[in-house]
Amino acid sequence: MRKLLAALLFAPAALLAAGDGAPLEQAPIEPRDLVSLQSGARSFVNYCLGCHGLQYMRYNRLTELGLTEAQIRDNLMFSADKVGETMKVAMTAKDGKAWFGVPPPDLSVIARSRGADWLYGYLRGFYRDAKSAHGWNNKVYPNAAMPHVLWQVQAESSAVQYDIAVRDLVNFLVYVGEPSAQSRKSIGIVVLFVLGVLFILAYAMKKAFWKDVR
Amino acid sequence: MASRLMALWDWFDARMPTVGEEWRKHAAEYYAPKNFNFWYYFGALSLLVLVIQIVSGIFLTMHYKPDAALAFGSVEYIMRDVPGGWLIRYIHTTGASAFFIVVYLHMFRALLYGSYKEPRELVWIFGVLIYLTLMGEAFFGYLLPWGQMSYWGAQVIVNLFGTVPFIGETLALWIRGDYVVSDVTLNRFFALHVIALPLVLLGLVVAHILALHDVGSNNPDGVEIKKNKDASGKPVDGIPFHPYYTVKDTVGAIVFLAVFCIVMFFMPELGGYFIEHNNYIPADPLKTPEHIAPVWYFTPYYSILRAVPPLFNSQFPGVAAMGIATMILFLLPWLDRSPVKSIRYRGAYWKSAVAIFVVVFLVLGYLGVKPTTVWGQFGFDAFFLDTKDRATWVARLCTVLYFAFFILMPWYTARDKVKPVPDRVTM
Repeated sequence: MRKLLAALLFAPAALLAAGDGAPLEQAPIEPRDLVSLQSGARSFVNYCLGCHGLQYMRYNRLTELGLTEAQIRDNLMFSADKVGETMKVAMTAKDGKAWFGVPPPDLSVIARSRGADWLYGYLRGFYRDAKSAHGWNNKVYPNAAMPHVLWQVQAESSAVQYDIAVRDLVNFLVYVGEPSAQSRKSIGIVVLFVLGVLFILAYAMKKAFWKDVR
Repeated sequence: MASRLMALWDWFDARMPTVGEEWRKHAAEYYAPKNFNFWYYFGALSLLVLVIQIVSGIFLTMHYKPDAALAFGSVEYIMRDVPGGWLIRYIHTTGASAFFIVVYLHMFRALLYGSYKEPRELVWIFGVLIYLTLMGEAFFGYLLPWGQMSYWGAQVIVNLFGTVPFIGETLALWIRGDYVVSDVTLNRFFALHVIALPLVLLGLVVAHILALHDVGSNNPDGVEIKKNKDASGKPVDGIPFHPYYTVKDTVGAIVFLAVFCIVMFFMPELGGYFIEHNNYIPADPLKTPEHIAPVWYFTPYYSILRAVPPLFNSQFPGVAAMGIATMILFLLPWLDRSPVKSIRYRGAYWKSAVAIFVVVFLVLGYLGVKPTTVWGQFGFDAFFLDTKDRATWVARLCTVLYFAFFILMPWYTARDKVKPVPDRVTM
């Protein structure tokens, strides 16, 4: 039922979203898969964090992904000192503008503005283009200022492995976009259950009060 | 225990009898018709949403920063670092859309059962004022997250005032406090959103309810229950609001909250309609988004604005049409000449007119969230085709029908064949 409702509500938005660029495949993300999220976090700090910050995300919040603070400090923190800091980028916006034409955007909420499907298509959409300044172009986002940062990963792995690596990265970005999303859903189920109980009581009360009204 | 409480109440009542008197006047001895149906939930629900918005808004102001450099980040801070902050914010964003849903349904109820007709014209006028204030409240609040849609939506709407002949530019400058939407604008919109308009809203809601309780509620039959009183002076078809409607509205409120929570906990963006995706991009005064769509609750009027062609290179006719489209609601009690209130006893003219109006309003609303190219273009060329976008022409037709519904109302309501109205309400 919820799926049907969601499909009906989302259908117009989906039609609108398919405006420019190549049609998007659905990203096979799995928000509860901690292994995938950890792998995405590792890819992010290794390949993305050099240029793109997550300025609203704190390192120690990654304990939600099943990591200890020591693991975070040893494996994921390259430029920050304290585990309570946010995942800021070392590069300045001014340098970014000089090097790429536009400063690389912060990616804290990129999954919320672009959507998982777009990110999944974008990161898998790079192709060689001699006419572009950095030698790459993108079929989802034509003339993107970003070169194919993951080219080495793609070159060293099979197509399936690369798709999984991108899936994990997108999964991580979706998590970062709204870290409270999972607790939101679990609290929601409890709240709806409580409302269900309240409904039964309130309905019985209404029936009792109204039995003499005709 | 109970007797202790009663004694305490008696002590209080002896010193301040007003509270008890008002309670009796507006609840325990306010006689409402016993035949309220589904449509009569939305008044109480509007009040509930108002309270939800005020309370969640107070908590948001504790953490939000009305500063162009900090606003976007402070919203993300609320979403991440403030305990329960995401919940407070989603309550407020879902509440904003929910407010318009319940208010639109509440207004539609008035249309169905003629609740604006004599003697309830003032109730209707206060209601329309609430609706207009709510639109202002929503508009000012939408700038605060300082995303791209906040920014450019505000830019577009303030520029609408700039199209007013002669004084437009000065007016727009006065509203913004700057030549473009800026930090200054954000600060004043914050002030208007968190204190000025909420005060106006509360005052109007009090006036709306007082005016209603003076004349008494209408009902699905459009029968005046005060014409039929028993020996003790109570309307025979009336029941005290408390406890009958307090318990009934409690059931309605729980069902409403369940729907509210399904959206809030499982799909808070509602596919980009309750929270627009582009609003997660920080406001950038140098980068105009390709497609600026207002939030869904403004889109019927936005469609009217876009549908009206410019005159002498000025968009003012569209702006004027949009303004008149909202202001014409004030005239409804006097445009409707039918001797009958409820749609149950009206004829085919009124029923068709209301049906067409509903379809027109929904189509305009739908087209307002889409680019004008959504239904493609006409394949042929003609001198009268200033635009070949099919959707624009549909919006024009709908705009004409929207106004025809009101302007022709005195004519078709006076000629409509009505059925006899019963003396007593039907259950």
